[in-house]
Amino acid sequence: MTEVAGLAPELAGAKKGMGSKPLASASERFTSYDVEAFEVPSGREENWRFTPRRRLRGLWETTTFDAAPTVTVSEGATVETVGRDDARIGEGGVPADRIAAAAWSAFTEATVVTLDGTPDPVTVSVTGPGEGVVAAGHVQIRTTPHTVATVVVENTGSGTLADNLEVVVADGSTLHLVVTEEWADDAVHAGAHHFSIGRDATLRGVAVQFGGDLVRIVSTVNYRGPGGDAELLGLGYADAGQHLEQRLLVDHGVPHCTSNVLYKNALQGDGAHTVWIGDVLIRAAAEQTETFELNRNLVLTPGARADSVPNLEIETGEIVSAGHASATGRFDDEQLFYLQSRGIPEDAARRLVVRGFFGEILSKITLPELRERLEAAVEAELAVTGV
Amino acid sequence: MSTLEIKDLHVSIAVDGGTKEILTGVNLTIRGGETHAIMGPNGSGKSTLAYAIAGHPKYEVTSGEILLDGVDVLSMTVDERARAGLFLAMQYPVEVPGVSTANFLRSAATAVRGEAPKLRLWVKEVKAAMSDLDIDPAFVDRNVNEGFSGGEKKRQEVLQLSLLKPKFAVLDETDSGLDVDALRVVSEGVNRYREGGETGVLLITHYTRILQHITPDVVHVFAGGKVVESGGPELADELEKNGYVRFTQPAAV
Repeated sequence: MTEVAGLAPELAGAKKGMGSKPLASASERFTSYDVEAFEVPSGREENWRFTPRRRLRGLWETTTFDAAPTVTVSEGATVETVGRDDARIGEGGVPADRIAAAAWSAFTEATVVTLDGTPDPVTVSVTGPGEGVVAAGHVQIRTTPHTVATVVVENTGSGTLADNLEVVVADGSTLHLVVTEEWADDAVHAGAHHFSIGRDATLRGVAVQFGGDLVRIVSTVNYRGPGGDAELLGLGYADAGQHLEQRLLVDHGVPHCTSNVLYKNALQGDGAHTVWIGDVLIRAAAEQTETFELNRNLVLTPGARADSVPNLEIETGEIVSAGHASATGRFDDEQLFYLQSRGIPEDAARRLVVRGFFGEILSKITLPELRERLEAAVEAELAVTGV
Repeated sequence: MSTLEIKDLHVSIAVDGGTKEILTGVNLTIRGGETHAIMGPNGSGKSTLAYAIAGHPKYEVTSGEILLDGVDVLSMTVDERARAGLFLAMQYPVEVPGVSTANFLRSAATAVRGEAPKLRLWVKEVKAAMSDLDIDPAFVDRNVNEGFSGGEKKRQEVLQLSLLKPKFAVLDETDSGLDVDALRVVSEGVNRYREGGETGVLLITHYTRILQHITPDVVHVFAGGKVVESGGPELADELEKNGYVRFTQPAAV
């Protein structure tokens, strides 16, 4: 077992019988498809300590679910509903926490969406089971070799959802993937995204978190062959009382792969909380890796809290570059005064700052309609506090 | 012609467990076309006067008046004051991450002029104004003041001055931290603004060297939170020679 001192404390596993011994390395992270292999977390584990347990509506320990979410897919892709014995299930990755494993152990039908060089964007709509109902879901998105595809996964509705989203990017293919969390106010979503990047494959991912009472997304990127390139962008906007959590592990296990992570969150209102954990592991075999991860948080009002923990763990020196950064800034009275002193009214000043902050992410969304919709969503968030 | 009148202005700031009066009755009248220099030792309240005119929330006006062409400025918000024609070039311009200089300048011009400037003309106007101040055109794409050196920030302040064309500009130690060349460039920018029409300038400075580039009509000595003496440019020469001792020592000797 490789010991890498002081790195990746967040990755303490929850394997049964392991107790509370912290893991020194992301490479030791425990994964399993079986919920029974995980202990019920105490809440003190590194990968749970930021998540408010009592707001998870029982997902914390449950192994049974009432329902499944409604999944519909627009035209342009091959859509199959398959049983859990389908050979493709699991190609994306393996659950790394108890809720993801519980959802995996519980689902009866999965939706497999295959993009076969579809030029037009395909929309996958996932609708929550409704208020008071707890659901487990499973979706897999896959491309075929040497194709280019665009998929938007829209999560909306009410209720509680634990699910796994597998994304299998075939060799030489490019997938543009946008996943939006635009839940109703009551909704709780604990999701796991498993990205498997093929040889010379490219993933351009954008994760958008706006709605819901609690949203926690755990994303893992794995490379199946050299030449893989993953860009993961994130945009979150937490309002009063909202908990938005983004946990990422980019696991570089093969040479000549690239990853770029950039997540930006804005927070406003009492009890607004964002959590960003960015882990990058460069294993000994992953020579010539090029990676950068960055998190920026903008606190717009007092009473909001942003947690940000970047971890970079490097087991080989033969890399191109590796870096990480995190910063949380406050839109403060001095900035407001400065902009106002140039004639810009207070509400316009705040808009200017927020638009500027998110512009870097939004400008990378290539679908004009989606970009406009998200820009409108940001404007709507700004209107919430009446600024 | 515009007039900026400051009448018996008293300003306090919050300190531990109370308030402290910084301005103790400032009287000052500036007419369009005039340049007034305010000189004084550190801690005399010069910057407080600048911020009070601009409306910074930290500074509480406890009594007195500020009138712009007879209209009460103190009842206006910070942005209303700017749109009414007041401008403060700050000693320490604020960094605004995430907002590009181009976007900021255009938003400010739109607010102050009451309509968005025509894009084609605007780009030309900004380019010309930047060139006048020896500012690299690449600065428009950078975030407002983020990572700028002290001198670059001061140039940006004067750039904004030249684009927003206020009735009255308060320059708060715009000369501090500038090397000789930057001081010349910035001074030339202020002079171009002065030549532009019936505009008034309140030049706050600790040093006389900027007055060699920008000739004031009136020099005020500021001490103890108010104007203690006013005179012509020759007053600056006296300060250069003798310092502020005469104004800060108790009269009895």
